[in-house]
Amino acid sequence: MAEQPAIAVPVGDQVAPPVDQDELRNAVWARVQLARNVHRPHTLELLRAMATDVIQLHGDRLFRDDPAVVGGFCRIDGRRAVFVGHQKGDEVNENVRRNFGMPHPEGYRKAIRLYLLAERLQLPVVTFVDTPGAFPGPASEERGVAEAIARSIQVMAGLRTPIVTVITGEGGSGGALALAVGDVVIALENSVYSVISPEGAASILWRSPGYAQQAAVAMRLTAAEQLALRVIDEVVPEPVGGAHEQPDATARALRSRIAYHLDALAGRDRRTLLDARYARYRRMGEFVTITSAGEPKPERGGWADRFRQFLESGRAAIVGDGVGTLPTDTDLDESDLPLREDV
Amino acid sequence: MPIKLPFSGRRQSHPTDLWTQCPDCQEMLYNKQLDKNQRVCPRCGHHFRLRVDARIGLLLDRDSFREQDPGLESVDMLGFVDQKPYPERLEAARKGTGVRDAAVWGTGTMSGTKVALCVMDFAFMGGSMGTVVGEKVTRAAEHALAERLPLIIVSASGGARMQEGTLSLMQLAKTVAALGRLQDAGVPFISLMTDPTTGGVFASFAALGDVNLAEPKALIGFAGARVAAGTISEALPEGFQRAEFLFEHGFVDLVVPRPRLRETIVGLLRYLRASTAPDKSSGNGSSPMARPLSYLETLTGREPQEAVRG
Repeated sequence: MAEQPAIAVPVGDQVAPPVDQDELRNAVWARVQLARNVHRPHTLELLRAMATDVIQLHGDRLFRDDPAVVGGFCRIDGRRAVFVGHQKGDEVNENVRRNFGMPHPEGYRKAIRLYLLAERLQLPVVTFVDTPGAFPGPASEERGVAEAIARSIQVMAGLRTPIVTVITGEGGSGGALALAVGDVVIALENSVYSVISPEGAASILWRSPGYAQQAAVAMRLTAAEQLALRVIDEVVPEPVGGAHEQPDATARALRSRIAYHLDALAGRDRRTLLDARYARYRRMGEFVTITSAGEPKPERGGWADRFRQFLESGRAAIVGDGVGTLPTDTDLDESDLPLREDV
Repeated sequence: MPIKLPFSGRRQSHPTDLWTQCPDCQEMLYNKQLDKNQRVCPRCGHHFRLRVDARIGLLLDRDSFREQDPGLESVDMLGFVDQKPYPERLEAARKGTGVRDAAVWGTGTMSGTKVALCVMDFAFMGGSMGTVVGEKVTRAAEHALAERLPLIIVSASGGARMQEGTLSLMQLAKTVAALGRLQDAGVPFISLMTDPTTGGVFASFAALGDVNLAEPKALIGFAGARVAAGTISEALPEGFQRAEFLFEHGFVDLVVPRPRLRETIVGLLRYLRASTAPDKSSGNGSSPMARPLSYLETLTGREPQEAVRG
C-alpha cells in the first residue's frame, strides 16, 4: 500500500539487534523526550501549516468544551475532512488551559459528536494523537471517562466513513486510542505509543519511577517498534533534530501522506472499508493454542481421570495421550511446536 | 468446568487455608462456610473475589457450562523483561492459579436460557487483559453474534497487561469492535463488573453493556485511586470509584448483591433477548440495525450481506 519511508533506528531486537543496552536506552529515551517536547507542533499548529479553511467546532453538547481536544472542518490538499486531535499548549498558561493535552470525558464526547457528523456528511476523518493519557482526576471519573473512551472506540470502529490517524507525539494509552481507531495509522518518527506511560509502568513493575527508561525500552514504544509490531502502518520521517525544528516541513511531509491515504481509502465501498477496519484490529496480538493440558506429569491422583473426562466432553481436536508432550492442533499444523496464531 | 492445570499441588491441605479474615469487619471466617455463602462475609456482607469456576457455578445452571477455546496461551511478543521475564511471570501465574490465562469463555444456560459467558479471573496476573483475554472476549462476542445468544461478560481486572505493550492496548479496540457488531445486530450484552474492574477493561467492553451490573463495593474506575490522588491535590470523594459511586453517577444500572445476582440476570434475560426475526439485511448479524441507515444508504440500497468474520 504505502511506500515505506527509509528509517534506520537502532531500537529493539526486531529492527536491529541492540549492541549496547545503555546506548539503546538513551536512544529510546531521547525519542520519548522529543515526543514530549513542549515546542513540538501539536494538532492546531500542524493544521495551520498543512490545511486550509480550518473551522474549529466546539463543545460536546452535554457538559462543556474541552480545550484538550480540538476538532472541526479542514481542507487538506484540497480534500475536505473532519479533524479531531489532542491539543497541548506550547507555554505554561496555554498548557494549563489545555490541561497538558489530557482530555476529560467531554473531550471524547466532542470527538464522538464530530465522528458522527463526519459520517452523516460523508466526509473522511483525520485524527491527530498526542496525549499523555486521559485526565485521571475525580471530575473525569465521575463523568465517566472510561465510558467516554470505550464509546469513542466503538463509534470509530463502526464509523461508515474513512479514518486516517496520525500519532504526532505521545500516544498515551486508552486516552490516545479513543482517537486512534483508524483504517490507517501513521506516526511521526519521534512519536511514541504505549499502553501506559514509562513512569507508570516503572512504578508498577519495577516499583520505582526511576526505571522509566528501562520500561520505555521494554514496552517498545517508539514509532519504529510499533511499525515492526504492525500496530501502526507507516512512519513519517521528521526533520533533523525533531519536528519542532522545522514544523512546516513536518506538516508538509504529513500532508502528502495523509492525502495519499485519504485518496486510497476514498475508493473503497463502505462494507469493504468496515470489514478491513474490523480485520485490522481483529488480528492484533499473538497467542498459542495448546490443544491439551499435557505439559507436566500429573502430580496428584485423580488428575488423569479428570483430564480424560475433559477429553470426552467433546473436544474433537485433541490428539495424542496428552502426557509429557505438547500436542498441537493437527487440523492446522503438523509440527511439534505449539501453533502460533496470528488472527 | 474450566480446565484445571494439573500442577496446582496440594495447597488445599495447608491449614492456613482453613480460615480467612474479612478485610472489612476483621471477622475470622471458616473457609468452607464462606464458600457455602458464595464468598460473602455473613457478618458484614463483604464480597470476596470469586475464581472463575465459582463464578460460573454461581451464575449458570448446574453442569451446563461448555468451555470454548481452553487452550489459548499468551506468548511473549515483545521479549518483555521487567524484574522477571514475562514468560516466567506467566508460568508462575499458571502454576499458582491452575488456569491458562485471565479469562474463560463458553456457553451455558441460565434457568434454561442459553447464553454466551465470558468470565475473568483476577487471580491470574491481576486479571490483566493481554491478547488471550482480548481474544476470548472477542470470540465470545462473535459466537454470541453468530448464534444470536445473549452475551454476559464478568469483568475482574486491573486493566491492560503491560507486558504485551500496545498489543494489549489494541485489545480494547478489538473487543469493542466485536461488541459494536453484536449490539448493532440487536443481540444483547450484559456487563457485570466485579471487584476490581479498572483501567483498560473498564474503558472498553465493561463500560458498554446494554445493562451494566456491579457487585456491591466493587472497585470500578479508570485510573488507580493513587494515580488520581497523586495527579491532583484535592481529596478524593468518599466511596470514590466504588460500585455505588458509579451507580450514583449513572454508569451502572444496578448494584446487585451476590445472592440476588442470578435471579436478577435471569429476570433481565426475559427482556434482553436477541430479536428473533432479525432485519433481513442483518440475517448474518453484520449489518447495523440499531443505528438508522443513513439517507445515502436508503438511496443506494442495503449493504451487501457478508460474513462477520473478516
